[in-house]
Amino acid sequence: MIELSREKLLLLYRQMLSIRLFEDRVYQLFLLGMVPSTLHQYQGQEAVAVGVCAVLNRDDFITSTHRPHGHAIAKGVPMKRIAAELFGKVTGCCRAKGGSMHIGDYSVGMLPAIAIVGSGIPIANGVALAFKLRKTKQVVVSFFGDGATNNGSFHEALNMGAIYNLPVIYVCENNFYGASTHISKVMKLENIADRASAYGIPGVVVDGMDVLEVYRVASEAVNRAREGEGPTLIECKTYRYSGHSRSDPANYRPKEEVEFWKSRDPIFQFKKKLLELDVLSEKEDNRIRSEVEKEIEEAINFAIESPLPSPEIALEDVYA
Amino acid sequence: MRRLTIAEAIREALREEMRKDPNVILIGEDIGIPGGWGGPFTVTQGLAEEFGHERVIDTPISETGIVGMAIGAAIMGLRPVAEVQYCDFLFCAMDQIANQAAKLRYMSGGQIKIPLVLRAPTGATGRGAQHAQSLEGLFINISGLKIVAPSTPYDAKGLLKSSIRDDNPVLFFEHKLLYGSKGARKERGGVELLGEVPEEEYTIPLGVADIKREGKDITIVAKLLMLHRTLEAAEELERDGISVEVIDPRTLVPLDKETIINSVKKTNRILIVDECPKTGGWAAEISAIIVEEAMDYLDAPIKRLCTSDVPIPFSPVLEGYVIPTKDRIIQAVREMLG
Ligand SMILES: Cc1ncc(C[n+]2csc(CCOP(=O)(O)OP(=O)(O)O)c2C)c(N)n1
Ligand SMILES: [Mg+2]
Repeated sequence: MIELSREKLLLLYRQMLSIRLFEDRVYQLFLLGMVPSTLHQYQGQEAVAVGVCAVLNRDDFITSTHRPHGHAIAKGVPMKRIAAELFGKVTGCCRAKGGSMHIGDYSVGMLPAIAIVGSGIPIANGVALAFKLRKTKQVVVSFFGDGATNNGSFHEALNMGAIYNLPVIYVCENNFYGASTHISKVMKLENIADRASAYGIPGVVVDGMDVLEVYRVASEAVNRAREGEGPTLIECKTYRYSGHSRSDPANYRPKEEVEFWKSRDPIFQFKKKLLELDVLSEKEDNRIRSEVEKEIEEAINFAIESPLPSPEIALEDVYA
Repeated sequence: MRRLTIAEAIREALREEMRKDPNVILIGEDIGIPGGWGGPFTVTQGLAEEFGHERVIDTPISETGIVGMAIGAAIMGLRPVAEVQYCDFLFCAMDQIANQAAKLRYMSGGQIKIPLVLRAPTGATGRGAQHAQSLEGLFINISGLKIVAPSTPYDAKGLLKSSIRDDNPVLFFEHKLLYGSKGARKERGGVELLGEVPEEEYTIPLGVADIKREGKDITIVAKLLMLHRTLEAAEELERDGISVEVIDPRTLVPLDKETIINSVKKTNRILIVDECPKTGGWAAEISAIIVEEAMDYLDAPIKRLCTSDVPIPFSPVLEGYVIPTKDRIIQAVREMLG
């Protein structure tokens, strides 16, 4: 196992828990009709966002997708600004203009999430190009799903990232479904990571339910990128517990499959490990949980109490 | 007569044409997955079960690949009905649509034809700027494409059947808030739209507008969701003694200019209500036609009530502010009538 300080281990745990409990709470409020629109939720995939972002510095960047809440929390977007954005409040991180699918906060290194599948990947290359030309040693991580890897943007971007040796890490969250479609119906390869070889860059498969494994693989890729050795494609095998969006009952998935993945729950597994390592005790766990719950309640209350935007601001921000 | 939602009416059109002509196939994301959705708005539910996965083709998230494959198949005489999940994703396939589908026949000097339908859900539903655009107006600028935008279940069915039988690429825009909740995903703010659809077979030719309400004081041209808001506005204005004629063009290309011009000759006033953005939009095109061909009949300046020239914002208050509402339609009519 990799060497991580106790503080770092507990931070990973706390962040995963924050994402899980935040998403659960937002879903409750969604059912009560308090959250407009729809939601693409992240429960089950927490180890990916947390394991990867834990390697990044604040001034490193990420691009995200229609499923961005987990990435946002892991990259350090203040939870209350995320909540307010979901509620369509003016205090949201995107001034209520973006919504659930476009969460982002430039100040912490998260571009507004991009909901056109695959479209964030070439943009990540551009961010990386700027870092490279300026020799800043910053890196960029592009998160995307398995579905995105069948889109032209993915292939164009990987090739370009490779030829220009860009400081970018392509992190594919393979949750086995693009919307209702199982990956086996739309791809002949077993591993998405194999696609890296077509572009002459390393491709690595990692257990996306194991935060320490994700962290280890991400560290290597980030080091490579910082040292000017170019991009890596990381495929994290993971699972989304919810339907694709909150209007999807996900009847296309066998129950046993869902149960299998839930039995490998990333938070539960990591907690077990931390207990074994004596890094965590049940008491400590309870304390962390209640702290996280408190933070979430504060964020939600902030969102609820925040004012709606005044309608005229709809006309602002179009041009710089 | 029985009443159907637009989703049901479109499904029925697809089923009838697929039964009649083995060349009709469907291509799209999540359209035939067992236990799945039947496309993002349930339209293709049950069709894979009836026609098999050879003819109901589930695809990767590859819009360029989808449209390109549909074009090639169409050139070879199949009649593909391809779809994107939201019309915003048409941009992902823009080369295939604008440079290929629209031009290959012309460039070949008429050697080939491309009997292709591309279905695309349009309109804003509170999801933010990348799932919200009304793009039907933008595509009228690309010669070689036909553009259909039905507002009722009856029109949707009859126009889709004609589109499938048409030998040209047809972009078929369906408004997400008009699918109707019965059998379709319920969208907040959706119109509970059930409409009469006869059991007997019928088609509606492309290029024929429909006068959805007769009136004498002012003509309003509107399509899709805006048509329904306009009809509600007209109802209210009627109570104040203002008689509104409401015209649904139903197809943007070809456009039934005559019906619109004749109406203007009668009412001498025209308002165009449109969910597409104002600048360079479909409403501007209608206005230009009136100026060119019926200017002398106008008693008041033409007015356009369109979505503001901004990306569609997320928050419901903001989205509501930039898109024309019933109240704003009423206000515009009152202003025009002085
Ligand atoms: C270009 C494009 N096509 C289709 C969609 C509709 N859509 C949104 S998410 C999604 C599935 C994405 O699957 P994946 O990339 O695996 O991400 P996941 O949802 O599993 O996180 C689809 C088809 C879209 N947003 N953009
Ligand atoms: Mg996926």
